[in-house]
Amino acid sequence: MGDSVIRIKGLHKSYETSAGLFPVLKDVGLQVAAGEFVAIMGPSGSGKSTFMNILGCLDEPTSGRYELNGRDVANLDRDELAALRNRTIGFVFQGFNLLPRMSLQDNVALPLIYCGVERDERHQRARDLLAKVGLERYFESMPNKISGGQQQRVAIARALVNQPRLILADEPTGNLDSHTGEEIMALFDSLNREGITIVLVTHEADIAQHAHRQVHFLDGRIVNDHAVQREHSA
Amino acid sequence: MTLAMLGEAWRAMGANRLRTFLTMLGMVIGVGAVVLMMSIGQGAQYAIKQSISAMGSNLFILLSGSTQAGGVRSGSGGGYTLNVGDAEAIAELQGVQAVAPIHSGSAQIVYGPNNWNTAVIGTMPGYLDARSWPVVAGSTFTDSDVRSATRVALIGQTAAQNLFGDENPLGKTIRVRQSPFVIVGLLGVKGQGMDGRDQDDTIIIPLTTAQRQVFGSQFPGSVRMVMVQTATQEIMPAVEKSMTELLRQRHRIREGMDSDFFLRNLTAAADSAAESTRIMSLLLGAIASVSLLVGGIGIMNIMLVSVTERTREIGIRMAIGARERDILLQFLLEAIIISVVGCFIGLLLGIAGALLVEATTGTLVIISFSSVGVAFGVAAAVGIFFGFYPAKKAAQLDPIEALRYQ
Repeated sequence: MGDSVIRIKGLHKSYETSAGLFPVLKDVGLQVAAGEFVAIMGPSGSGKSTFMNILGCLDEPTSGRYELNGRDVANLDRDELAALRNRTIGFVFQGFNLLPRMSLQDNVALPLIYCGVERDERHQRARDLLAKVGLERYFESMPNKISGGQQQRVAIARALVNQPRLILADEPTGNLDSHTGEEIMALFDSLNREGITIVLVTHEADIAQHAHRQVHFLDGRIVNDHAVQREHSA
Repeated sequence: MTLAMLGEAWRAMGANRLRTFLTMLGMVIGVGAVVLMMSIGQGAQYAIKQSISAMGSNLFILLSGSTQAGGVRSGSGGGYTLNVGDAEAIAELQGVQAVAPIHSGSAQIVYGPNNWNTAVIGTMPGYLDARSWPVVAGSTFTDSDVRSATRVALIGQTAAQNLFGDENPLGKTIRVRQSPFVIVGLLGVKGQGMDGRDQDDTIIIPLTTAQRQVFGSQFPGSVRMVMVQTATQEIMPAVEKSMTELLRQRHRIREGMDSDFFLRNLTAAADSAAESTRIMSLLLGAIASVSLLVGGIGIMNIMLVSVTERTREIGIRMAIGARERDILLQFLLEAIIISVVGCFIGLLLGIAGALLVEATTGTLVIISFSSVGVAFGVAAAVGIFFGFYPAKKAAQLDPIEALRYQ
């Protein structure tokens, strides 16, 4: 295995509730190497989404150490975290999270605005990526005019637009039917073959079968971490 | 980058057109009111300045003191304590530009079948300079006319109109209290005086002629009033002092005794009139500014609603790499666009309103570059000031909480 993209040690996360501190993650440790395809599984409430948000630098751990590409995330300020989300990580959500009043092309190009790419190049890159996910005919469409599966492809194109080496996907097929879900997973498979590291959260076993490694969460802890035994169809 | 942000702000505003329009309306009304009020105020100030300069600038009026006879005091100008010699002595003082002793009253004047009662001012040629009153046709009378008490007269526009109609008054002979006078000059239009009197309803004749042949004089050579003009306004206090000293000396008034004359600074009175107009127009501007402030608060209110509504959008933007300053700029730009566009429309409406006021009421309005600039600057500042807090609030949202917001 190559260098570790993600290295986590002794991670804790608690939420403050009226009944006191509620622990969600308890002493979680994980290493993900470059080029890996990891599925994070577990029942609802097991803490896997919270873990994902911390990986995506959207949320902060209560304690513990998280290194992304060798940098301790705890030492970074808000702007540096924003830059990580912009360039290093591509995040794919369960609910797609496209901006409703923008064309698909503008949605995909949006992250580029935040790192100062010129207009023509923004459009070019957005078009290239939309073509790559099979939506070359929909550049100017609005998100509410296309299907859920297509919206998720747009979201993936947006996650890829700044050429990140790491894609984090939180239940990317959760809002899709199983056939469309398979199409999305095929897309992830091909991205992984291009060398992009993928960590995705799912509770569906079929979806998790696409990964090379499965990590099981239960009650805020990792209870199982194993490689997937299967024939990978190329 | 900023250009892309501008496009985004435009899109967000377009998504809620009615709301954007209503928010803008607050700004429109505020700026429109400021421009309108300032235009009217400046017009009023200008009108006052005009009537001050019509009166003549840097003027003193010197009145002879009151006489006291058996306990009855006559009031200022009642006695004859001033004389032509005083006026000539004052003319020698440093800083004095023109001196004109005046003996005036009113008299019935007759030309052919027409007659008219008008003000008759007996004075010297310097009077016209002091009051910056031009002769538009013919010429003024001269010092030699004064010396020899010639019966010549200058006629004001209103008096000429009433006596001569369309006829040319130059060279005609009129009768003033039975004495014939030849009209040698027609005075320019002077308009209304500070007291509302028509200054053009007058004739001006040599001082000596007035004293000896029209009104008569108890004490030859004495006058009740002298008009004194200084070269600049700044030296008026100094001239006032030297004039008082000179007259007290000439009249042999001892230390501690009251002067037997009164010295009035006309410009000071006019200045206080101008000052009160200035304060009035400031007040109008201040009242109008309140509506500008209300407009600004409207912007802040809507921006706060907008930030709350778009919390999830802000979360998404943060999740894909928007920094605090990107979000800040986005919302700030929206507020600034609303206020600047509103300001521009307000300017147009304010100017149109001012022109309408001028056209319908005849009130003089002045739309100055400064009032337009002030209104625009204030509006932009209001947009930034009231847009900043909501924008800051948006920028400081926690990404994960913003994303979870439904």
